[in-house]
Amino acid sequence: MQRLTMLPRALAVLILILLLPVLAQAEGLIAGKAFGNDHEIVVTFKEAVDQAIFIDPAHYQVYEESDPDIRLELSAVKLDSTGRTATLTFKEALNTGRAHVVSLVNLPATETFRVAKPYLGYLLSILVSALLINNFVFTKYLGLCVFFGTSKRRDTAKGMGVTFTIVMVVSAIMSWFFYQFVMKPYGLDFLQIVVFIGLVSLTVQAVDTILRKVNPVLFNAFGVYLVLVIANCVIIAVPLILANNEYNFLETFMLALGAGGGFLLALYMMASVRERMELARVPKSFKGVPIAFIVAGQFALAFLGFSGLSLF
Amino acid sequence: MATDKSNLQLVISGILNENPIFRLVLSMCPAVGISTTVMNGFMLGVAVLFVQVFSSCTISLIKNWIHPRIRIPTYTLTIATWVTVIDLVLAAYLPEAYAKMGIFVKLIVAFAIITMRLEMFACKESLTHSFWDGVGMGLGFMAGMMAIGLVRELLGLGTILGYDVLGFRPLLFFILPTAGFFCVGLMMGFFNYIETRYKRAKQG
Repeated sequence: MQRLTMLPRALAVLILILLLPVLAQAEGLIAGKAFGNDHEIVVTFKEAVDQAIFIDPAHYQVYEESDPDIRLELSAVKLDSTGRTATLTFKEALNTGRAHVVSLVNLPATETFRVAKPYLGYLLSILVSALLINNFVFTKYLGLCVFFGTSKRRDTAKGMGVTFTIVMVVSAIMSWFFYQFVMKPYGLDFLQIVVFIGLVSLTVQAVDTILRKVNPVLFNAFGVYLVLVIANCVIIAVPLILANNEYNFLETFMLALGAGGGFLLALYMMASVRERMELARVPKSFKGVPIAFIVAGQFALAFLGFSGLSLF
Repeated sequence: MATDKSNLQLVISGILNENPIFRLVLSMCPAVGISTTVMNGFMLGVAVLFVQVFSSCTISLIKNWIHPRIRIPTYTLTIATWVTVIDLVLAAYLPEAYAKMGIFVKLIVAFAIITMRLEMFACKESLTHSFWDGVGMGLGFMAGMMAIGLVRELLGLGTILGYDVLGFRPLLFFILPTAGFFCVGLMMGFFNYIETRYKRAKQG
């Protein structure tokens, strides 16, 4: 009983700690701020403000924290009837994953504040996005050779998926270090492909050697899949994506985990269907790979249903 | 061990008997992902042809100096070098087409077809044979991509290479991204059917 009551308390403390930066920032004129829909930022003032001044878009300057040079254009500002809540509407959709900085200018007192989603939620949304919404197999069409090759049996699917996830996470983290601390400072961006694929080969070789010595049983189970990992487009796509988006360490980890987990998920579901299909009466010319493609197409259609899902 | 096929036979077998997409079922990602128009298929085909031919030639030239234990990393790095070359060239001279193909040009490095040809063919054969084998495989890939692109563009938009042929759009579904799976599956089934019919007719 004691333990059961402890858990909500611990959770409450955790949430409080996570919210602390948000609470500390809310001082001065501003009581609260958040993203509305894709085109909106909603600002709440502590007291009612002057209707005439605060609906003028010229008094607001907004930019993404990472690009202070690029000002985002406002199309309109609306105040509600109490005069305390202003909705800023933008001409183009905002990248709500990034932190935005809003400044109130040309007023007696200038005010600057940050609008961002809670960081933990943002990290989890990267994970869920890579896992379901932008599943690499069914919505980005990557890694299909290995996908169709190893989804005949569920055991194989599990082995391949787990091996792939491990190699994916390790190599993505290595790629991130290399990109941030070697390639970017020395301007070697154009060597991305060579360096990333080299790191993947290195990881595969290292996992192979270590596993062989440390755990021969596991090696016998998973060793055969290691070679296949390198022929999978996803393994090279993830480093390229993280270099393109300038992800930080935690974001990289989440993306790699999501990519690996998504591949495992896709592979396992596909294998379950294909094991049943062995017994089904499929037209002769469609036996094997062609019918697998059509099943994959149906999965892809089902995964379209995840688009627009936002949990956090 | 030298192959007994002539150069022409090598090219033709790459296009027909050993077609990378429909017969070897390798490098399916672009076949599903960006085969919405004939032009896309053609452009990626050119890139793959380039990488395949030059990697085959490089490996064939240096095959005697590669230690068997490090041959796979050697292949990978060779391919990566040539992919970097074509990636930079396309980005510089054909930025529009490059933007359409997106990440797929860079992903040529992970296409199983190229590594497989190096392992099965180029590391054993002479330079000339490897060159023609590379040309055959590259053309085979290009032909496969263009065939899928043709079906999807014709059925989805009613056009070929951007020219209006049918005057109406039969099934818009075919240019949607998901239709790639269905289209490839149906075409494979169709080709298998033709093959069995052909064999039956031959036997009597």
